[in-house]
Amino acid sequence: MRLKFEKRPEPSRFMLYATPVGAVIITMIIGAILFGVIVPPPSHGFVATPAVPPPVDLGTILSGIGSHLSFGLQAVYQVFIAPLVTSYKWGDIAVKASPLILIGVGLAVGNRAAIWNIGAEGQYVVGGLAGVGIGLLTQKMTGVWILPSMLLAGLIGGAVWGAIPAALKNWFNVNETLSSLMMTYVAIHLMNHMVTGPWKDPSGFSFPQTPLVTPSQTLPIIVPGTYVHLGVVITLIIAVVVWFLMSRSLFGFQVRVVGSAPNAARHGGFSQKATVWMVFLLSGGLAGLAGIFEVTGPFGQMSLGFPQNYGFTAIIVAFLGRLNPLGVILAGIVLAVTYVGGDLAQSSLQLPNASKGIFQAMMLFFLLASDILIRYRVRFISNAPAPVASAAAMRSPAE
Amino acid sequence: MSVEFLISVIITIVGASTPILLAGLGELVTEKSGVLNLGVEGMMLVGAIAGFATVDMTGSPWLAVIVAALAGAGVSMIFAVLTLSLRANQVATGLALTIFGTGLSTLIGHGYTGRPIKPFTTIFPDALALHPIGRVLFGYSPLVYFSFIMVALVAWFLNSTRPGLILRAVGENDLSAHSIGYSVIGVRYGAVAFGGAMAGIGGATFPLVLTPLWAEGLTGGRGWIAIALVVFSGWKPTRLLAGAYFFGLLGTLELYAKASGTVFTALLPSEGWAALPYLATVIVLAVISASKSGGGNAPACLGRPFSPSA
Amino acid sequence: MIKLNRRTFVAGAAAAASLPMLAGRASAADPLKVGYIYVGPINDGGWNTAHEAGRQQMLKKFGDKVTSQDVENVREGADGERVLRERYNRGDRLRYATSFGCMESAVKVAQAFPDVTVEMCTGFKPSSNNNLSNYNIRFHQARSVFGTMAGMLSKTGVGAYLATYPVPEVVSGINSFTLAARRVNPNFKTKVIWLNTWYDPAKEADGARALIDQGADVMTQHTDSPAAVQVCESKGVPTFGQGSDQSQFGPTMCKSSSLDLWGAFYTTRTQAVLDETWKPEDTYWGMKEGALDIAEIKNVPDDVKAAALKVKQGWIDGSYNVYSGPIKAQDGTVKAAEGAALNDGDILGMNWLVEGVDGTMPS
Repeated sequence: MRLKFEKRPEPSRFMLYATPVGAVIITMIIGAILFGVIVPPPSHGFVATPAVPPPVDLGTILSGIGSHLSFGLQAVYQVFIAPLVTSYKWGDIAVKASPLILIGVGLAVGNRAAIWNIGAEGQYVVGGLAGVGIGLLTQKMTGVWILPSMLLAGLIGGAVWGAIPAALKNWFNVNETLSSLMMTYVAIHLMNHMVTGPWKDPSGFSFPQTPLVTPSQTLPIIVPGTYVHLGVVITLIIAVVVWFLMSRSLFGFQVRVVGSAPNAARHGGFSQKATVWMVFLLSGGLAGLAGIFEVTGPFGQMSLGFPQNYGFTAIIVAFLGRLNPLGVILAGIVLAVTYVGGDLAQSSLQLPNASKGIFQAMMLFFLLASDILIRYRVRFISNAPAPVASAAAMRSPAE
Repeated sequence: MSVEFLISVIITIVGASTPILLAGLGELVTEKSGVLNLGVEGMMLVGAIAGFATVDMTGSPWLAVIVAALAGAGVSMIFAVLTLSLRANQVATGLALTIFGTGLSTLIGHGYTGRPIKPFTTIFPDALALHPIGRVLFGYSPLVYFSFIMVALVAWFLNSTRPGLILRAVGENDLSAHSIGYSVIGVRYGAVAFGGAMAGIGGATFPLVLTPLWAEGLTGGRGWIAIALVVFSGWKPTRLLAGAYFFGLLGTLELYAKASGTVFTALLPSEGWAALPYLATVIVLAVISASKSGGGNAPACLGRPFSPSA
Repeated sequence: MIKLNRRTFVAGAAAAASLPMLAGRASAADPLKVGYIYVGPINDGGWNTAHEAGRQQMLKKFGDKVTSQDVENVREGADGERVLRERYNRGDRLRYATSFGCMESAVKVAQAFPDVTVEMCTGFKPSSNNNLSNYNIRFHQARSVFGTMAGMLSKTGVGAYLATYPVPEVVSGINSFTLAARRVNPNFKTKVIWLNTWYDPAKEADGARALIDQGADVMTQHTDSPAAVQVCESKGVPTFGQGSDQSQFGPTMCKSSSLDLWGAFYTTRTQAVLDETWKPEDTYWGMKEGALDIAEIKNVPDDVKAAALKVKQGWIDGSYNVYSGPIKAQDGTVKAAEGAALNDGDILGMNWLVEGVDGTMPS
C-alpha cells in the first residue's frame, strides 16, 4: 500500500483556502499533545539537583496523565484562544500584527514572481535607521511635516537596501536568497554601530540606544486607551491597495506571469529584470516602512533590541496567507495572536517563551506539508500490479 | 608579538572556525545534491542541547557527539519529508526549521541553564597537548581533528567515488539522473540527513569545546555564517576549509582588535569587522556568479523541487 | 535621583507593581500581588538568579499576605510594555523591574496607572504620579574588594576586565577595581574589552581568552554568563564571579564572587506597600545595608584573604572608600582632590575611566 500523487487537472481552490485553516487547527491539536508531554517543571529551574521522583502507582500515573493533558490544553488555549476572547488584548494583537502584515504583503508579491526576498529583516532595520536619521536632524523642530518625512525616509531606506540584492541579481546573476540574507546581517551590524556610537543618546548614560522620538515624531494613537497607532490603519490600507494591484492591474498580471511561466513572460514582453527591480523596491520599501512605524510607534527609539525577527516571521505570514494580501492580513493576525498568547501563557502557566516559536514553526510545517494537496490528489495504491492511472498520473509540468 | 601570543591566537581561531566548518561541510553536501536547507541554525542548536544534555547525564563526550549527530539528522528529516516527498518550498521550510529548532532547543534546555559540564578536551597525552609549542598541533579537542578528516573524506567522496558522482549528477541535472535510474529523492534524503548530522555536531562543538555550559541561542547565528560559507567556497570542500578559517580569523581579529585598542578600530569600527564575513560573501557571490554564465558553480538544481515527468 | 543601571532599572519597575496599597483598597484579606519582570532566564546563574533569590526570600517572609508572579525573558520595547500592562490587568499592584531594558516601558506603565507602584532597578527616570522609584546596589564596593585581591595576586601587574557596554555601572566597576588594585600596586594596569553584549557565552569566552593572551593574569567580568570564569579556570587565571556564587564554574580559580542580595530590599519595600507607608524614594544600598556581599574567599594566601575582608569591613563601618581622593582620570584631570571623595551622583553617572585603565571609552 503506498501513496500516489495524482496531479489535479487544475489546482483545488477548496484546498487553497482550507489548508491554512487546517494547518492552524492541526497545530493546536498537536501542540496540546506536545506540551502535555513535555510539561515544564512547575516552579521553574531554580533547582540545581534533580527533584526526587514521585511514587509510581496507578493513581499517580492517572492523575499525572490528567494533569499533563490539562496543561497541554490550557497551553493551547492561552496561546491561541485567550487573546481573541480578551477584549483588552485586541489592541495588542493589532499592534503586533501590523508590521507582520506590512512586510508580509511585500513578500507575497515577490514570492508570486518567484523572487525570494529573505532580507526583509535587514530592509526593516535600514528603514528604521533612515527614519531615525531624519528624526535626529529634526529633533529640535516641530511641525506636521516631520513625521511624514520620517516615514518617507523609512520607505526609501528600505527600498534602497532592497535594491542591492536586485542589482546583484540583474547585473551579476547572484541568487537573491543568499544575497538578501547576507545584507540582513550587514544591516544589523550597521545598526549596532550607529546605536552604540554616532547616534547614541547623549543623555542616556551611555546605554546603546538613540534618543526617544519627540512628540511631533510619534505616530498618533487612533484608538484611545490602547497603543493602536496610525501605522496599523496605513498598513491595512496598503494591504488592500496591493491586493487590488495584484488582482486587477497589469503590474499584478506581470508579476504572476513572470513567476509561473517565465518563458511565456519573455515572449509577452515582460522583462524579468524590470520585475526584479519592482518587486525588491516594493517589498524593501514596505519592510522599511514597517521599521519606521515601529520606531515612531511602539518602540519610540532605536536600540540593540530593535530587530525582532519580523522580517523572518513575515515569510511565514506570507505563506500562511497564500501569497494573497487579504490572506496575509488574516495570517498576520494569527501570528500576532500566538505572540500575545505566548505572553499570556507565560504569565499564567509559566510556559516558556520559546514555545511560541514551536507553535509558529508547526503551523508553517503543516501548511507546507498540506500544500501538495492543492496541486495533487492523494491516492492509495495497492501493491498488486496496477493497471490504469499510476504512471500517467505522475505527469507534472515544469514548476 | 611573541610566539606564545601567536600560538594562543591560532588556538582561538581554530576554536572559532571548527563549528562553521562542520556545519558548512554538511550543508555543502546537501546543496550539492540540489537541496537548499536554510535550517542550519536550528539544527545546530538542537545538536548543541542534545550534546550538552548527554554529557550532563552520562558524562561521555563521545556519546554526546553521536547523540548530537542523530538529533541534527532527526530534525532535518522534518525538512526532508516536507521538501522531498511533499514538494514544499525549500526556502520557507528551511526557515521554519530554524525557528522550530531554536524554540525546541530553548524549551529542552530550560532546565539545563547554569550548569557546567566538563569540556571535551584532547586525547593526546599531556606531554604533547600541554607543551607550549606542541599544543598548536596536539592540544585540540577530537572534534577539530574530526573536522579536518571530514574535509578530506567529503572531497574524496564527491570527486572520486561513484556514489559521490551520482550525488553531484542529481544536483546538476535531476531529470537525467532519474532517467538513468537513480533515485533522486533517495539520494537527497541521504544528503539532507548528512547535512543535519554535521550541523548537529557543529552545534555540539559549542557546549562541548568552546563554552562548557548551556545558554539559549548558544550558537549565536553561526548557522547562517555556515550557509554563507558554502556559497563563499564555491561548493568545494577544500575551499570551504580555507573559507571557514578565514571567517574564524576575521571574528577573532575583531575581538583581539577590541582588546588591543586603537590599531584595528582605526581601520574599521568593530561592527564593521563583524559585518565583514557577510560582505565578503556577497562580493564573492557576485564574482563567481558573474564569471560563468548561468549562475556560477552552484548546482544547477539547487532549490528546485524534483518533478519527474513520465 | 537614582542613576540608571541597565540592570537595576528593570528590577525597580517590577517592584512597583506590587503596590496595591496605593490604590487605597482596604484589602486586608486580598494578598498583595507582586510582579517581577526579568530580562533573561532566571537560572542564568548570575544577575537574574540573584533577583529570584531575593524574591523567594521576600515571599517566605510574607507568607500568604503576598502572592507573586514573575515573567522571564521580557524583551525591551513594545513586548515589555505589553507584558507589564498584562500583569497590571492581572492584578499586580507592585512591580519590580530588574533591568534597564524595561525602563521606558516601566515609566509608561507608571504614568498610565496611578494605582501601581513601580520599582525600577538601575533606572533613573521619575514618574509624575509619584509611584515610581529606582533602586540600585553599590556594586563598586565588591569590585574594590576584588581589585584589592587582584593587586596582590597578580604577578605581571596587568589585570583584565571583560566589560559589556560603557554604562555607568560598568564604568564604575572598572574604576573601582583599578583604584583598589593600585592602592596595593601603584603600577597596576587594567585592560578592558567592550563586548557590546550582556549575554553571548561564546563571545565572552573568546574575549576572556583575548585578554589573557594580552598578558593579563587576573580577571573579572561584568557579563551575565559564567563563560569567562570557565576560561579562567582552564587557563589558571584567578577570577571573580558576579551576581551569585559562580565558583562551581571555576573551582580553583574563582576566588570569590559578588553576591547581590536583593531580599532585604524587596522585603522592606513590599512591607512598606503592605503598610501603606511607601514613598517614592530611590534606594542605593551596599554592604552596610546587607544588600551586597562577597562569597567565601577560597584558594588564596592568608594575607590576601585578610586584606579583602578588611576592605569589606571598611565599607561596612565607613573606614574604606575606594572613591576617596586623589583620583585622576585617564586624561590627567583631577576628579577628586586629596581629602575629597566622589559623591553618589558622580558614581551613578560615571562616564570616564581612571588612570591605569588600558583601554578607552567607546565613542
